[in-house]
Order: sequence, then C-alpha cells, then structure tokens
Amino acid sequence: MSSAAFNPPQHVYEPHRVGLPPLGPYVRELWRRRQFAYEMSRTDLRAIHYNTVFGQLWLLLNPLLLAGVYFVLVDILRGGTRGAEFFAHLMAGLFAYYFVSDAVRKSVRSVTSGGRLILNTAFPRALLPLSSVVTAVKRFLPTILVYIPVHIIAGLPVGLHLLWVIPLAGLLTIMAAGLTMLVAAAQVYFRDLKNILPYALRVWLYASPVLYYADEVPDRYDFLLAVNPLGGLLTAWSDVLNLGQAPDASALALACAWALALFVAGAAFFVSREREFAVRL
Amino acid sequence: MSVSSLSGSDHTRIKVDHVSVTYRTSLEMKPTFRGTMLRLGRRQKVVREIQALKDVSFDVPHGQVLGVIGANGAGKSTLMRTIAGILPPSEGRVEVDGQVSTLLALGVGFNRKLTGRENVILGGLAAGLSRDELEHRYEEIVEFAELGEFMDLPMRTYSSGMYGRLAFSVAVTMDPDILLIDEALSVGDARFRRKSFEKMRQLCSEDRTIVIVSHALGSIQELCDATIWMHKGQLRMWDEPTPVIDAYTQFLGVREDALTMEDV
Repeated sequence: MSSAAFNPPQHVYEPHRVGLPPLGPYVRELWRRRQFAYEMSRTDLRAIHYNTVFGQLWLLLNPLLLAGVYFVLVDILRGGTRGAEFFAHLMAGLFAYYFVSDAVRKSVRSVTSGGRLILNTAFPRALLPLSSVVTAVKRFLPTILVYIPVHIIAGLPVGLHLLWVIPLAGLLTIMAAGLTMLVAAAQVYFRDLKNILPYALRVWLYASPVLYYADEVPDRYDFLLAVNPLGGLLTAWSDVLNLGQAPDASALALACAWALALFVAGAAFFVSREREFAVRL
Repeated sequence: MSVSSLSGSDHTRIKVDHVSVTYRTSLEMKPTFRGTMLRLGRRQKVVREIQALKDVSFDVPHGQVLGVIGANGAGKSTLMRTIAGILPPSEGRVEVDGQVSTLLALGVGFNRKLTGRENVILGGLAAGLSRDELEHRYEEIVEFAELGEFMDLPMRTYSSGMYGRLAFSVAVTMDPDILLIDEALSVGDARFRRKSFEKMRQLCSEDRTIVIVSHALGSIQELCDATIWMHKGQLRMWDEPTPVIDAYTQFLGVREDALTMEDV
C-alpha cells in the first residue's frame, strides 16, 4: 500500500479554536494507522496469554463462574423456579455486558499511560482507547462458542432471527468505542476516575436486564431501563437470543439512540481535547 | 542577524511564522475529581498559563541542518514539538513539507513493561510507518543499536544508555524527509557516541533537512549550516553556527573549552 497517497506530505499547523480538528483528515490518518491499534491490542492480549489454550480457558472462567454464582443467587431469591433458559439469558447478558465493561476498564488508562508516545509522536490519539475495543472484541468472540452449547441444551429456538445478533453486537461495539474515548479523555483530567470506575461498572451491571428479564422490572423501576445505555440494547439482545423473536421496536430504537449518542459524545470530547494531552500528562 | 543569507533557498521545508505557544496546564500533582470537589468554593488557582514560545519565526530550506541551542527551559523542546505537529501553535503558523521523523527526548520506550521490539514496532506504527517498512528496517535498527537479544527483554531492564541507543537508532533509520533530533546526540558509551556522531555526519551530508537540539556546542558547530539561539521562549539569534555559539557562550559566561563545547 502506498502510504504517500494517504499522507499528503504537506502539513500546516495553525491555532485551533476550541473544537474539533477537520474530521476528514483525522479519520483518514486514524484509518491509515489502524495497524497500531491492532498491534497495541495484540500486545495486551499477549500479556493475558490470549494465544494459549489455558490462557483462553482462564479468560472464560471468570464470566462462567460468575454466571453460575448469579444463577444460584437469583434462583434462591426466586424460590428455585429458574430453568436452563434463564441460565442462557444470564450468560448471554453477562458476555455482552463484559464486552463493553472490559473495553472501558482497559481504556481508562490508555492515554495517561501513553506518556512518551504522546509527548513525542504526532498521531490520532483516539487509536489508544480504540485499541481497547479491539481487545474487547477479541475477548468477546470466544465467548460466543461457549454460549452456543448452552443455547442448544436449554432448548432455545434456533433460526434466522439469530442474525439480529450481528447488528446488536455492532451497536455494542459502537457504544463501547464511544465510552472508551469518553473515559480515556476524562482520566487525563480526573486521575481518580480509574478508582471510581469499577464501582460504576458494577452498578451498571445490576441496573441492566442481565440478572433479571427486562419484562420483570416493576413499573416504578422502568425508568432504569431507559436511562441505562445498555437497557434497551440488552432487552433486544435477550428478545433475540432467549425469546427467539425480532427485537422489540422501542427497545431497538432506544439501543440505537444510546449507542450513537455515546459514540458522538465520546468522540467529540476526546478529539476536541486530544491536542491538549501532551501538556496535561 | 543576517537572516537573508540563511533562508531564500529554492525550497523551504519548514516555515515557522510568528509562532507563539501558550498552554494551560494543571498545577496539581495529580488532578482528581475528589480534589476538584474538595476545592469547590475556595478560589484556588490550579491551572496556570505557560507561555513557552513567543513570536518565533524562521525557516529551514531543503537540505539544511539547523542547530537549536539555548538554556534549559528556553522552549527548544516545545519548538520541536510544534514542528512535529504534537503541540498546536496558539498564534502563527507552521508549515512543514515532508514526512517528519522525531526523536524528541527519547521517543521510543513509552511502555517499560513491553520489550524493545514491541516498543519499536508500536512507536513506528504510531508514527505512520507501514508494517512492511518496519519489518524492513527492524534489523537495521537492532544492528545499529547493538542491542541483540536485549530487544526481546522488557525495556525496564535497559540501562539509560541502552534506552538512548535504541531511540537514536530508531530515529536515524526511519529515513524521513525531515529529521528532528532532541538532545540525543550524546547517548551511550564513548564508542557508541563516536558511532552516532559519524552517523549524524553522514545524514547531515546527505540531501536531508535536519533540526538538532543539543547542548553539545561542538557538535552543533560541526554538523549544522545554521543555528538559532532560543532564550525564554524567544528567538534570540539566527545565523551561522559560529557567531551564534560565540554569542551564546559569552552570554552564559563560560569559556569555550572542551567541556562546554561537548556537554554544557
């Protein structure tokens, strides 16, 4: 690939108003250097032994154990009425939730730990948080293989409706990308964000329709599903995987709105701030 | 300032036009949300404006080697970062014509937990090189840095000399149109210094535009075609190396002996 075609050798640096740089060139540069995000993610994955069998098992162990623990917990609270299909719902929800929360957790320090690279190299900084999304995608993919047997054993419907999983996973990715940029930039200004984040993420799990079905939520807590960015999305997720039907239109609309809103907010915040990072580290 | 004799070449590679850089930075040791909350109501200033460059103008024609000298905190590194496009100017305009490779205060090795190899690859990809180009140059980098099997060890195991050697090798091997080098001329042991100086001499004799920041006045004198002297964010002097270095050493009140010429 000829790099010259993408990289006009003429650079002009001028004062910027507070705001966004020209987005066209920014995105082109970002795309041209996407290999950096892949390589960054590969290094992260190597550190957690993603490329070995036992490393993979270890990575799957945590959500699997959690699914088991939560199942027992919920089943006790529900007087032992939950069946295998609820286990499948729980597992699918946990995996989707962990996809987003892994990306966010990984990205929070992506900029602040980029020290020398940020001080000494000019590149679209958004590559740093976005590499966390690449890592999260790669961690998410093997969980699909773990879910499939559970889905079948639980006797849940298999059919073309399952293709809905693809756009929904796309929405999860867009949402994750927005959030990673948001927290990575915020961490530059508030270095204690990384300490608050685990609690926020835990609360987020409990507020999402993972440990319960969305339609079990009592009326007075209905608002939680609307204000929770994952509320609509995970409702649709469970509609498709568990009920075997196309997602509820309102849940789908809510999911799209949240994913796009978070992406736009995260990207705008990050990109408008990134030229300042070099003096804030 | 005999400026006219230094510019006016047929092709200007770097044009710095009335550039000022002012930035706001936090004075807190660690900016935190908690700190912000606890400060609410008290009018305590935690953000300060720093004027790092004031109305600096010069240009570098194609093929010129420009030296930048000045005391610590004179704005030399800020100037380099502005040319590299890392810090945007607050006023004025910088035009750079060509691919830039930067060796600013040891650019590689941003993550000490990663190996030398990983750092080189990541740094190169971030700088916009393709994977093929990197593969192609990697052997050359390792050979020049003489780091051998250390390339596969985490960079936290490196000595500062080894750090410097790797950074220098990366910068000079990238084969850019424009090379920016910030205080990295005197790294490593005596032998490596000799070698890197020879490499610099070779690069400078080639048809290449180079900007060097260094305290080693002797090297500046020998390598550069022009020199600027930065003082407190302003361009104090822009001329051929000898008069600038003379004026600078006079200003500092040190004699031009072996010590000051090599490592002030």
